[in-house]
Amino acid sequence: MMHFLAVYGLPLVGKTWQHIYISGISLGLGVIFAVPLGIALTRTKRTANIVISIASMLQTIPALALLAFMIPIFGIGVKPAIVALFIYSLLPILRNTYIGMSDVDPSLKDAAKGMGMTNWQSIIKVEVPLAAPVIMSGIRLSATYVIAWAALASYIGAGGLGDFIFNGLNLYRTDLILGGSIPVIVLALVVDWLLGKVEAALTPRTSEE
Amino acid sequence: MFLSMEHLNKTYPGGKVAVEDFNLEVEKGEFVCFIGTSGSGKTTTMRMINRMLQQTSGTIKINGTDISQMNPVELRRKIGYVIQNIGLMPHMTIRQNITLVPRLLKWPQDKMNQRAKEMIKLVDLPEEFLDRYPSELSGGQQQRIGVVRALAADQDIILMDEPYGALDPITRESLQDLIKDLQERLGKTIIFVTHDMDEALTLATKIVVMDGGKIMQVASPDEILQHPANEFVENLIGKDRLIQARPSITTVGQVMLKNVASITPDRLLKEALKTMHDRRVDSLLVTDDGGTLKGYLDIEDIDYNFKTATSVGDVMHDDVFYVKSDSLVRDTVERILKRGFKNIPVVDNDKKLVGIVTRAALVDIVYDALWGDDDKKTDSEDTQAATTAADQGGDAQ
Repeated sequence: MMHFLAVYGLPLVGKTWQHIYISGISLGLGVIFAVPLGIALTRTKRTANIVISIASMLQTIPALALLAFMIPIFGIGVKPAIVALFIYSLLPILRNTYIGMSDVDPSLKDAAKGMGMTNWQSIIKVEVPLAAPVIMSGIRLSATYVIAWAALASYIGAGGLGDFIFNGLNLYRTDLILGGSIPVIVLALVVDWLLGKVEAALTPRTSEE
Repeated sequence: MFLSMEHLNKTYPGGKVAVEDFNLEVEKGEFVCFIGTSGSGKTTTMRMINRMLQQTSGTIKINGTDISQMNPVELRRKIGYVIQNIGLMPHMTIRQNITLVPRLLKWPQDKMNQRAKEMIKLVDLPEEFLDRYPSELSGGQQQRIGVVRALAADQDIILMDEPYGALDPITRESLQDLIKDLQERLGKTIIFVTHDMDEALTLATKIVVMDGGKIMQVASPDEILQHPANEFVENLIGKDRLIQARPSITTVGQVMLKNVASITPDRLLKEALKTMHDRRVDSLLVTDDGGTLKGYLDIEDIDYNFKTATSVGDVMHDDVFYVKSDSLVRDTVERILKRGFKNIPVVDNDKKLVGIVTRAALVDIVYDALWGDDDKKTDSEDTQAATTAADQGGDAQ
């Protein structure tokens, strides 16, 4: 263990940073894209079914295949990896945003509208705050997926902790495989825990503690 | 007219007609109840007033302005809205909930705080509640907040969609008292949708009975009880309620004695005295030949004036107090008792004498009002029996 760290310590930090960078950007883009889209879809129910079906379909493409598809379009490196992971992050966020928004008690939406809130005010002041826990759990799920699958991004030359794992597999070196896998797991757990904190902070209070 | 609805129609895509040729005029300060079974179009009609639904045709005017010309968001901020499921925002404190519309209208903070305090006082809840969340209040307390939320921005019209439907009977009753009191005190105009006839009869100044999207009857609670427009309205009111309502809707004509001792003014006092003697009464009503009530004459008048006057017309009193046969006993009984008359003549619309109400008859009425319910309860095992008993009671009087 100490030996491993002494030899691979510095590259490990670098690869971990790459890993965080790739998954962070993919997830960030996913949130920026999927949350507003999910909200917009609650206003057009018919389009919603179509869009969510497409997102589900994208989700069924094997991860490696999707990464491979990116090569002819974006070449190799970080860019295609980010695009592929972004596509994967969409569905959980999109679906949870849509469900969370749709599940807000209809009488609250009725009251909000009936008291004279604009559509926008109803979304910002009523629906999003109440849907926040559900939206956040979609984001947490996506984060775990993206961090795990970012390991595969090494396959198309994006770097990250996947480099250790693939090297280990090629060289039959268990220490390299573990040295890549364990940080991925730890990273996923830490990020999930942090996002859990964010979720708690975003969940509106409904009673005095 | 404060609120007027003309030829409103609402047809849903697919051809289902929800509201058909709905016409209604509402004055400021009226408490209007829309009542009907589910699917009668009452809620649909109400929701057209704040443009939550758009009518297929017809116009709604508030203070003469066609609401379709107004911005729907601004319109809704001027109209209070209370719904059955209360709809308090669970993530906002009571204070934030109450001041929701003022906040949309961008009132200054201190004015909103002030208003929140006034409002919570209005519904008899402690000020500490302002910082609590809706989930910490009981259903009844929540709906009290729901009611003042609709008043907080000085809305003149309040729409209430079966607001008490989900509450237990005791809570419902106290909230009914509250809204009636607030409405009268603050002079608000309320449109209240309900399917509960008791509620409508208690609260409304005007009841709109609807069925299948059409108006069946628009009338005051009294009129509805007295003259249900058709069988549907009758069924909606219910037989039991019609019987129970009888004491309060009995007309003078139904309790008066029809065989009245009367005399014409040209008769001699001697004849008047003989009539009194024969009929065993101490006063006579005076009518002309056509039967129109002219005055009255009692035994003392004859006693004092027997020597000086000769005809009834010379000594009769023409300041006679009378009641009309179609006026309600409930409305007249107090006046009769207060004036201390022994007998009150009853006239029809042409002032023709048709009967007399005696104090003895009033005793019967008061007795019925106080004990009549108990009598009916014993009979109520058989509704038919109760009906018959009530009918006979009416005839006997």
